[in-house]
Amino acid sequence: MKKIYFPLSWLLLAACLQVSAQQLPGGQIHGNFELNAQYYTEDSAINAPEVNEQFMMNAYTNLIYTNGNFSAGVRYEAYLNPMLGFDKEYEGNGIPYRFASYRQGEFEITVGNFYDQFGNGLIFRAYEEKTLGIDNSIDGVRVKFEPWKGIVFKGLVGNQRYYWNKGDGIIRGVDAEFHLNDAFPKMENWKTKITLGGSAVSRFQKDDPTFKYKLPENVAAMAGRLEVVRGAFHVNGEYAYKMNDPSVLNNYIYKPGEALFLTGSYSRKGLGIILAGKRIDNMHFRSDRNVTGNPLTISYLPSLTRQHTYALAAFYPYSTQPKGEIGYFAEIDYIFRKNTALGGKYGTQVSASYSRVNAIEFKAIDETTALFKRGTLGYRSDFFKFGDEVYFSDFNIEITRKISKSWKLILNYLNLAYNQDVIEGHPGSPMVYANIGIADLTYKITEKHALRAELQQMLTRQDKGEWVQLLLEYTIAPRWFISVMDQYNYGNEQSDQRYHYYLGSLGYTKGPNRISLAWGRQREGILCVGGVCRAVPASNGLQISITSTF
Amino acid sequence: MKNFILTIILGLPLLLPAQEDQHKAAGLPSVTIKNLNGENINTATLSNKGKPMIISFWALWCKPCIKELTTIADVYDEWVEETGVKLFAVSIDDARSSARVKPMVEGKGWEYEVLLDPNGDFKRAMNITVIPHTFLLDGNGNVVWQHASFSEGSELELIELVRKLNRGESLDAH
Repeated sequence: MKKIYFPLSWLLLAACLQVSAQQLPGGQIHGNFELNAQYYTEDSAINAPEVNEQFMMNAYTNLIYTNGNFSAGVRYEAYLNPMLGFDKEYEGNGIPYRFASYRQGEFEITVGNFYDQFGNGLIFRAYEEKTLGIDNSIDGVRVKFEPWKGIVFKGLVGNQRYYWNKGDGIIRGVDAEFHLNDAFPKMENWKTKITLGGSAVSRFQKDDPTFKYKLPENVAAMAGRLEVVRGAFHVNGEYAYKMNDPSVLNNYIYKPGEALFLTGSYSRKGLGIILAGKRIDNMHFRSDRNVTGNPLTISYLPSLTRQHTYALAAFYPYSTQPKGEIGYFAEIDYIFRKNTALGGKYGTQVSASYSRVNAIEFKAIDETTALFKRGTLGYRSDFFKFGDEVYFSDFNIEITRKISKSWKLILNYLNLAYNQDVIEGHPGSPMVYANIGIADLTYKITEKHALRAELQQMLTRQDKGEWVQLLLEYTIAPRWFISVMDQYNYGNEQSDQRYHYYLGSLGYTKGPNRISLAWGRQREGILCVGGVCRAVPASNGLQISITSTF
Repeated sequence: MKNFILTIILGLPLLLPAQEDQHKAAGLPSVTIKNLNGENINTATLSNKGKPMIISFWALWCKPCIKELTTIADVYDEWVEETGVKLFAVSIDDARSSARVKPMVEGKGWEYEVLLDPNGDFKRAMNITVIPHTFLLDGNGNVVWQHASFSEGSELELIELVRKLNRGESLDAH
């Protein structure tokens, strides 16, 4: 039945669109296409495995039809088979995403798949990050309602995507946001802008009668937020609380969870300062209590640390520990103005930041109960206390300077501490301390021809030791780029493992269409070449990437 | 599944002519995003009083994006004076870094209208795959040109297209 149904529905859709596009002016179809594929070569030296399929591909296309207040869309995805680094569960092809939505007056209704978040996402965020294989879209219904200027209500019910299936739990959520200056005419001309928000989310999942303890079937979480802006000052805070939610990820303890996220900033032309702090305590929240890994997350717990893009700076990236962490972040951005001693002819931009994340305090609930013992409250924790264990710290400074019409220079220095044991989940791994220096120099040969060189070095005694990287990139704007790169692990303690990771790339862009080829070794990490960035796993071989928007 | 793919292939040509007829009536999709003061902005209302506008999608973690916006920032005053163009810089940073956008933008002295799209709703509605992705819209709010990625000198093509628009020339060659 299904096989007959699909083509028929497509023909009908196509026919309808053809008709409606003629009858209702303004109707359009837009979409995009992305393909990433690789021909793999075994390379045991760098742990690039033999791939039975030899060739693997991830591809998808979105089609969105819009006409006035109505829109509908589908996404076709194909993982044949999923590329290295993506979950095998993605294997196959089909349409995991389709929706229809319309706005009418103060209502907006969406049925089918959608993405959304409440506030900062602490208790609810459905989103997609294709390069990481994340897609936890909701399949259900969502209603937005704006009864009054400055007041927005949202309500939604649905299941979450789990690869080609859906998660076990049902998510119900409501969110309200009040823009006070819009809602109250008296406040309209206030210099202080205030936004208040509150949300509640609950997950229903059946109890498991075979399990030793009684599990809560409905788990609720609530959050409140505040945003205040006055002139150069900006404050944003959100607090979230989650009822007890024993799951495989917290070893089935019955402690409630909480999270606090606070940022304050001051900005004026040429100067920006930001301070941020956060605390997370037992905040794993999924639509299935038995699932591990990336899928089915309901809560989004962003890491406050700076996200680096230069390869060696991004070598040891931090990721949030939902079990419990406490940390802060501070950054200052400043411009030394044009035609001053430090600014030079074109001005010099300086950005410096520091972040630090520790464990929260984990204290036994009493003298006889072990920490994290299943079926108990697990632990006690003083809200404001930093735990002894350091998870991560990062000091970095970046200087950007245009030297002359044809030369630009970026200098970057980082000092990192990285708790490999906790962040990568490899017990016994060391604390990695690294110093990284980067120089990024661009020489504009003619108006449209430029050569860029990146030299990076990382000094560390732990893990795999020292690395150096050289990248040369030649671009002919706006269409062509060619680059060669070598990462060399010259300081590896094992002298027979001092490998070179070479990679050559070639790309062509015309308007929104882009094709690129790369050949060589790929170390796990984030790669930015020829104008775009994406996350990639360890491999060797020939890669092809095509993206297009229409 | 074979049938399905076949139908798509058969179906697409049916759709494409219809799209082309309507292409000039494009306009921006209606999605709610935020400005740097936390106020809601409906993307369908973005305009530049009948003059061309540029919408550039970027993020703090995207070096080429920062490079593009830094390069344009150097000449933005001249562009505005000469052509009346306006640039909207839409950051797709999520809650991890969206609070850093305002101090960074001010710290760099950018004069663009900066908007926040923390869950990628506008990005999705514009069918973007990779950033930087830059759109050029004519005075009526129709997308007339778009480009993904940035390399030194690409900004010259962009401003040339803005000038063409102001002269009323067609951009079909692109």
